[in-house]
Amino acid sequence: MLSFIVRRLLQTLPIILAVAALIFVMFSVIPGTFASSMSDDGRSVLDAEVMARMNKEFGLDDPVYVRFGKYIAQLATFDLGTSFRTRQPVASVIADRLWPTAQLSFAAMLFAIVVGVPLGFIAALRPGSWIDTISMVSAVSGLSLPKFWLGLMLMYLFALVLGWLPSFGYGGGDPRYIILPAIALGVAPLALLARTTRAAVLEIMNADFVRTARSKGMSESKVVRWHLTRNALVIILTTIGLQFGTVIGQAVVVEKLFSWPGLGSLLVDSVTLRDIPVVQGSILVIVLLFLIINMLVDVLCAIIDPRIKYT
Amino acid sequence: MSRKPLLEVENLRIDLSVGDAKFPAVQDVSFTIERGETFGLVGESGCGKSITSLALIGLLRHPLSIGGGTIRFDGKEIQNLSQSEMRKLRGNRISMIFQEPMTALNPLSPIGRQIAEMFVLHKGVSWTEANRLAVEALASVRVPAPERRVKDYPHQLSGGMRQRVMIAIALACEPDLLLADEPTTALDVTVQAEILDLIRELSAARGTAVLMISHDLGLIANMCRRVGVMYAGRLVEERIADEVFRNPSHPYTSGLVASLPLLGARSKHGRQRLKEIAGVVPPVAAFPAGCRFNPRCYAATELCRVEDPGVTPLANGGLVRCHHHE
Repeated sequence: MLSFIVRRLLQTLPIILAVAALIFVMFSVIPGTFASSMSDDGRSVLDAEVMARMNKEFGLDDPVYVRFGKYIAQLATFDLGTSFRTRQPVASVIADRLWPTAQLSFAAMLFAIVVGVPLGFIAALRPGSWIDTISMVSAVSGLSLPKFWLGLMLMYLFALVLGWLPSFGYGGGDPRYIILPAIALGVAPLALLARTTRAAVLEIMNADFVRTARSKGMSESKVVRWHLTRNALVIILTTIGLQFGTVIGQAVVVEKLFSWPGLGSLLVDSVTLRDIPVVQGSILVIVLLFLIINMLVDVLCAIIDPRIKYT
Repeated sequence: MSRKPLLEVENLRIDLSVGDAKFPAVQDVSFTIERGETFGLVGESGCGKSITSLALIGLLRHPLSIGGGTIRFDGKEIQNLSQSEMRKLRGNRISMIFQEPMTALNPLSPIGRQIAEMFVLHKGVSWTEANRLAVEALASVRVPAPERRVKDYPHQLSGGMRQRVMIAIALACEPDLLLADEPTTALDVTVQAEILDLIRELSAARGTAVLMISHDLGLIANMCRRVGVMYAGRLVEERIADEVFRNPSHPYTSGLVASLPLLGARSKHGRQRLKEIAGVVPPVAAFPAGCRFNPRCYAATELCRVEDPGVTPLANGGLVRCHHHE
């Protein structure tokens, strides 16, 4: 088990290298640099000499491969570099933002799991019933709703009309502030989880071993508890792991909308300003988070399913 | 103890629903099984033998349902029992072994637990006691080192071992009737013989009657006293096993017997093509009028194409469903 985790952690190294390389390529393709973005308000024109000096200062005048090599060398010492904008170490900039994003993502996934999985179960156990139809129609709608629109509607209803919840902001960690963004972010994974759970349960319902369980004279509720749940859990857990990544990615939109001080809004701001070290660092942290969550899911799956070997 | 047979199936009909239409996948099937007897059902794939056994244990699921007839078990009609009453019979007095030992066991549950469930469900014992009984049950199907093996998961066992576990589950509560649906089809030939011996020996020791379903005539001849031959949802012949093979009465049965390859036939008669019955079993929705076998029958006449043959009694309590039986 421990060697499995160590091996999986080692496997993340090439992934991180690849991601870093991709970001470097991206920033060398899109127009603009940090220096040009500073002067890009349409009114002032930055002196070409000043721009050249800034580029030199940040090492932006080196060829891409040289910069990449430097960056990787730096990364090897666990140094994420310094932000162009704030001149602070990227690691500390990210550390400030990591906790709100983690809070928001976990809250959204919690909402999705607590509602979505039971919904999928109920729908699968009563296929074709009204509860099945309603939950699957709402699941499809949930998947199709744009997050920014849903977020605005939630704000309008619960903050403006009903006045139950604050409309936006972090509120210094007040739990009431997390509810609306978590729902806005959690609806899509909820819908997907409900659908996946339903499909998984329906498939297992037709499995031979479920027929065996019935032939033993087991009641349907015991069939579900003794034989179906564990089998469905493997599929559900895998989906949860994958959805976590999507949620962290999509948090960008929701964080921006709700002025949530997380990694997502940091990322958007840093991309606009071409603050490459912060963008690099944020994306690497997000990727790392995703990899770790999926590793945990794999470990859990291997605990549940004895056929999965730690390889 | 009543003198009545253990199981009496009368005019059983199983419907296949396709939209609003219903097609009889099994029709007019009647047979009886005495206590402790082994009765065989043979037929090609899709002839309705498996769904007949599922009907007996009340496990038909949509789109299949019992459309008529009676199933009397131990003198009591069971085709209309409620689910909860049926559950008391299922596993306890009627149990079943399935064809695929690879998928018939829950992959995420230790086999000991899957056997122990039977004792918890039907004997009302604690899990600790049930686990102890599971070790005994595993020993009774001759799985070596049962104390250790109960903790194994199905994927750690071979096909034959898994089928032994299935037998242990099926016979755990000493049922009166065991439904064995192609129990050895998925196994190696050498393992087949072991499993069949085990079923024969354990059912004899417990006085359990067996309904053995197979497409393997040799196996049926070996295991069963009486045999029912099914074709396209109907029982076309029912005889003492020996007579079926020595002197088949229905043209379909003759065809089946003739298509058995004989060991050593080549050295005696030279190289010959294996015999076969031309054509295929018709789909449920397209059973022909008259005798259902007529399009494939060498002896079919005009009568066979229009009139459905009734059941004709034969010597020794045999029955045949043919206008031109031999």
